[in-house]
Amino acid sequence: MSTPVAAGTLSASSPAASRVRARRWRRRLAALGESTPATVGIAIVLAWVVLAVLAPLIAPYPPNANDMAALAHTTPSKAHWLGTDHLGRDLLARVLWGARPVLVIAPLAVLGAAALGSLLGLSAGYFGRWIDLTITRACDIVLSFPVIILYMIILAHVGSSAWNIIGVLTLTKAPIIARIVRGMTLDLREREYVAAAKMRGESALYIMLVEILPNARGPLVVDMCLRTGYNVIIIGALGFLGIGLPPPDPDWGGMVKDTYGMMMVWPHMALVPCAAISSLVVGFNLLAVGLRELGLRD
Amino acid sequence: MKRFLVKHLLFLLLTLLAVSFLVFTLNEFSPGAVARKVLGAYATQEQVDLLTQQMGLDRPVFVRYVDYLGALASGDLGYSARFKAPVTDVIFKHLANTALLAAIAFACIVPLSTLLGVVAGMREASRLDRAILMFSTVIASIPEFALGVFLASVFVVWLGWLPGTATLVAGGGWSVAAQLVLPVTVIVLFDSGYVVSMIRASMVEVMQRPYIRTAVLKGLPFRAVILRHALRNAMLTPVTVIMLQINYLIAGVVVVETVFAYPGFGRMMLEATLFKDIALIEAGALVAVFLAVVTNILGDLAYMLLDPRIRA
Amino acid sequence: MTDGPLLDVQDLRVSYTTRAGEVPVVPGLSFQLNAGEALGLVGESGCGKSTVALAIVRYLGRSGRIVGGRIRFEGRELTTLDEAGLRAIRGRRIAMVYQDPMASLNPVMTVGHQLMEAPRTHEGVSGATARDRALAMLAEVKLADPEAVMERYPHQLSGGQQQRIVIAMALITGPALLIMDEPTTGLDVTVEAAVLDLVRELRSRHRSAILFISHNLGSVVRVCDRVAVMYRGELVEEGPVRRIFTNPRHPYTRGLLDCLPTLGSDKRQAPLVPIAGQVESALARAPGCGFAGRCAHVEIGRCTSHPIPIGEVYGEPDHHVACVRADELARWTRRSGATVTHDAGVVGEPMVAVHHLTKIYEPRRRWLRGPRAPVRAVSDVDLAAARGRTLAIVGESGCGKSTVAKVLSGLVVATAGGVTLDGVEVGALAVDARGAALKRKLQMVFQNPDSTLNPSHTVGYAIGRALRRLQGLSPADLAAGVEHLLEVVKLPPAMAARKPGHLSGGEKQRAAIARALAGDPEVIVADEPVSALDVSVQASIVNLLTEIQAARGATLVFISHDLAVVRYLADTVAVMYLGTVAELGSVERVFAPPYHPYTEALLSAVPVPDPDHAVARILLEGRVPRADEIPRGCPFATRCPRRIGPICDETPPPVQRFGADHRIACHIPGEELRRLQTALVEPRVVGR
Repeated sequence: MSTPVAAGTLSASSPAASRVRARRWRRRLAALGESTPATVGIAIVLAWVVLAVLAPLIAPYPPNANDMAALAHTTPSKAHWLGTDHLGRDLLARVLWGARPVLVIAPLAVLGAAALGSLLGLSAGYFGRWIDLTITRACDIVLSFPVIILYMIILAHVGSSAWNIIGVLTLTKAPIIARIVRGMTLDLREREYVAAAKMRGESALYIMLVEILPNARGPLVVDMCLRTGYNVIIIGALGFLGIGLPPPDPDWGGMVKDTYGMMMVWPHMALVPCAAISSLVVGFNLLAVGLRELGLRD
Repeated sequence: MKRFLVKHLLFLLLTLLAVSFLVFTLNEFSPGAVARKVLGAYATQEQVDLLTQQMGLDRPVFVRYVDYLGALASGDLGYSARFKAPVTDVIFKHLANTALLAAIAFACIVPLSTLLGVVAGMREASRLDRAILMFSTVIASIPEFALGVFLASVFVVWLGWLPGTATLVAGGGWSVAAQLVLPVTVIVLFDSGYVVSMIRASMVEVMQRPYIRTAVLKGLPFRAVILRHALRNAMLTPVTVIMLQINYLIAGVVVVETVFAYPGFGRMMLEATLFKDIALIEAGALVAVFLAVVTNILGDLAYMLLDPRIRA
Repeated sequence: MTDGPLLDVQDLRVSYTTRAGEVPVVPGLSFQLNAGEALGLVGESGCGKSTVALAIVRYLGRSGRIVGGRIRFEGRELTTLDEAGLRAIRGRRIAMVYQDPMASLNPVMTVGHQLMEAPRTHEGVSGATARDRALAMLAEVKLADPEAVMERYPHQLSGGQQQRIVIAMALITGPALLIMDEPTTGLDVTVEAAVLDLVRELRSRHRSAILFISHNLGSVVRVCDRVAVMYRGELVEEGPVRRIFTNPRHPYTRGLLDCLPTLGSDKRQAPLVPIAGQVESALARAPGCGFAGRCAHVEIGRCTSHPIPIGEVYGEPDHHVACVRADELARWTRRSGATVTHDAGVVGEPMVAVHHLTKIYEPRRRWLRGPRAPVRAVSDVDLAAARGRTLAIVGESGCGKSTVAKVLSGLVVATAGGVTLDGVEVGALAVDARGAALKRKLQMVFQNPDSTLNPSHTVGYAIGRALRRLQGLSPADLAAGVEHLLEVVKLPPAMAARKPGHLSGGEKQRAAIARALAGDPEVIVADEPVSALDVSVQASIVNLLTEIQAARGATLVFISHDLAVVRYLADTVAVMYLGTVAELGSVERVFAPPYHPYTEALLSAVPVPDPDHAVARILLEGRVPRADEIPRGCPFATRCPRRIGPICDETPPPVQRFGADHRIACHIPGEELRRLQTALVEPRVVGR
């Protein structure tokens, strides 16, 4: 290695650069291990991701196949490890398959909200005055709506599909993130390195995205974890209320909706998907708690 | 103070107008649908068009909106197609039910969360703090319907101590009070998880502040430090959050209401949207937003009263 | 009360648990404090002096622990005292005053309530008695209108007032020991002087012992009888103030005094001599003297193999030093480095100047309320910096010096008046409206090393980006450019790959200077570039700036509140107060009579680390008017000790000129001022 060079001017393929990057990721992963909630949380989440990805391979039965013979004995047995639902469909398979849409929709919605919210928050915080006023007021209006009612109205009108749900979740979560990012931007834009950037003639977009945004990372990441967990809850609730993904594809919330009326007789049919969804959300929330702890400790 | 109120009331009005307009346009975009709903699926297109014209639904959106506002102003919120009754009555009845639930839940949530949050935050990383933190995180992770299912499976299916539904009709051997226990418990547990973590976070932050060090080094007993110095500062941000919970309790508990078949506001809205009962949707949305903004204002007001830095 | 010292610290050892392991911040410290005595504990940031204070009151937080040693207070052992015992002592026998008074007061509780808490808790007095005591105490700390102050909230008071309240809170129970942890850091110089005098007065009245912790050697001289110097958690020297400051024995103490500019030092006579190297981390503690790595007199083996005991200085039984070579070193005189020739020569034409500069901030219109009074940050200011010279702008907070810097650099736009940069009028041009050539010409160095560099970018990226934008260098040439600039600011090339989080304050500031030099500017505006740095680091940065300026012929506009640094560094000085220029002239003229009354007060307030520097103290009474209520006449009229009458309140003062380059804005004629004022600054003769 001849001259150590500024990271920004390194050619991305240089071995020195990739070594630095690999070291950084290894350090980050090691740091995660220091916090018990973070480790447990990410373990749970990763477990579900693996299960969801492998669902087509490891599910014992197709998720929508009715096994009429099993109706005689729907509780957990050797043939059906978690039992079957009221239509004879294997619960284990349905739970595994049900993880897939959730693990796609929730993070996508969070990413969308983060992207949109960050842009809005950055603009509001950096430019101030009437841009700030409009964006903040718009966010306040959206936020002042109780979310579920909003979902009901919009989804009942446009119909429920995966993309619609993602869209609705993005629109309703973006203002929260916008508020957080705006707060941090208001603080960060007074920093001297922002003034230094202005003095070299950097554009507003550069300052927002390159100078300010990277430093707003910490609380944003923690919030995004929490949002993901909360999105999973909402997706489940939508399914439960009947305005989630259309049947017959397994959707954890929908599974509960179909079976909780029969709880007096067959409680396991509702309990299984409830446990599934709860465990996934616990994973995300524990991860968020752990990340916050780690952030504070630094 | 006056200026504060005026400014916020104007914002309230603005928000109501904006939201009502949005909901109105969203709903009434397909005017034929209303007439179709009334006449049923077997009516001919001609009959639908005629009724549409008679109901005045073929006029431009803006004109209809102004008409609607006029009707609102005179207190006429329309007629509910789903419940076959004037919207005002329907909303009032369901809102009252929800208010009952909300009041009981709120009365439990505030003291419980404050106690747990303060106790957890005042000694960060102590065993008690970790326990409370983990407990509240886990509880807040369980969706309301799942909480309902879990509790019901224990108390209804297994132990049989409580009823599985809360239709508020005192029948089947269960008193109204017994019916309310499970829904209230679910709401309290789910919401407390969130509020506890907020209060705890605020408390932890306050305990790091230099003025707490000043109080301790003045030789004050720990209880005085917490109650007189930490508490009021720690509650500044959570107070707004707590006020917002009222909003959630009224409009957001639709899931709990559905689980226990409770005739509340949220469930009413759900049925209205599924049934496409436009008048009810619009009126319900307005009520929900009104409540939301009012609780927002109350939250800001409380913050202003508590923090002398803002008041001055 | 037993005989013997009031506070007896024996071999105190304190460690902090961090992610990197257990860090022995204080590896072994001993000192004593007798009743009624005032001991100053000095050292730079990170030396552990605050840790010692917190250890005494046992408030080290979750990660700090006392791992050894004894602390005896009034005969009782504090390290093993239980909670109840500690509570009885805190606030009653030992009281503490802190650095940031605003943060140390509860924002939602009235001042009165906070004052009354201690007597009510410790002495069980009734509310009425406590209230009377509080009122009496407020009068003692010289706060006007105590009744009204009792009902105020902390944020409604100024910094100086808040600190007086914290002092009142500490003294109200008549403690035997008062620990003051950097009590005047962050306060304006004139406010600091008043607070220090107050402390001296209160001390003689209450007879409390004082442990005065500070990094400011000058303020220690004002208040204390004895001084103890700390380095890396250890005591290196201790003794009476006079002895320590006239003939310090430890090389570190000598180094500290050598790198401090005093009011008489001048760059033309002797450059500041910084202490070589930098503070090593507390983790890597080698056996032997903690200062060995930086000491000019170190002897390998003798100084580095075993712990250095603290011993008496020969012939001075009350003076102790931890240096094995102390008796061998020559008597200390202020070191003079090689003289840097700085020919007075012909004063060039102004490189950057402002004429009738005015900047008014209109506060955001509050909805439904009347318009707020505008803030006149700068009013009708005329300044100029000659090519290749240094113009210093000096003043306290709120005087407008930072605003002038911002207008020069284009970060804010002037409301009225002109700003010329090399002949080009730029007053109305915000920095993004300026052409590339203009942007290159003027660059800025900022105050806070922690926020001057983006923590998410490496140093190399920051400098490289500036090179790209200002010089248009291609990516291939960037590496070489960055390396060259790092060399200029004396940073190793490996620094380019590091992020600011791993750099010390001095290193960060050097990187920031390198970034500012990327465009090869002709004008450098430095806004308090050394105020946030340790004393030993300040000297090296100041030297760097003068070197760079001399090498490039650049014009330096140096903003500061530190008069000693200004005296050392500047060619021309402008003294600002509340947005106007009170006095302007060459540095020799401004620092000699006649002075503007404000300059006079400023100079007398500066804490000088020289016990012989006795000066008639001019204390400013009255309140600094807020920036939105500046008086009609002379802005200084409300506090001026030489105010001659209503004319000062009504009419703006005329600008009197003396010679080609000295201006004073005052109603009192210059000759009369000269007659009334005595010289406050003794020119220091080199090689005393």
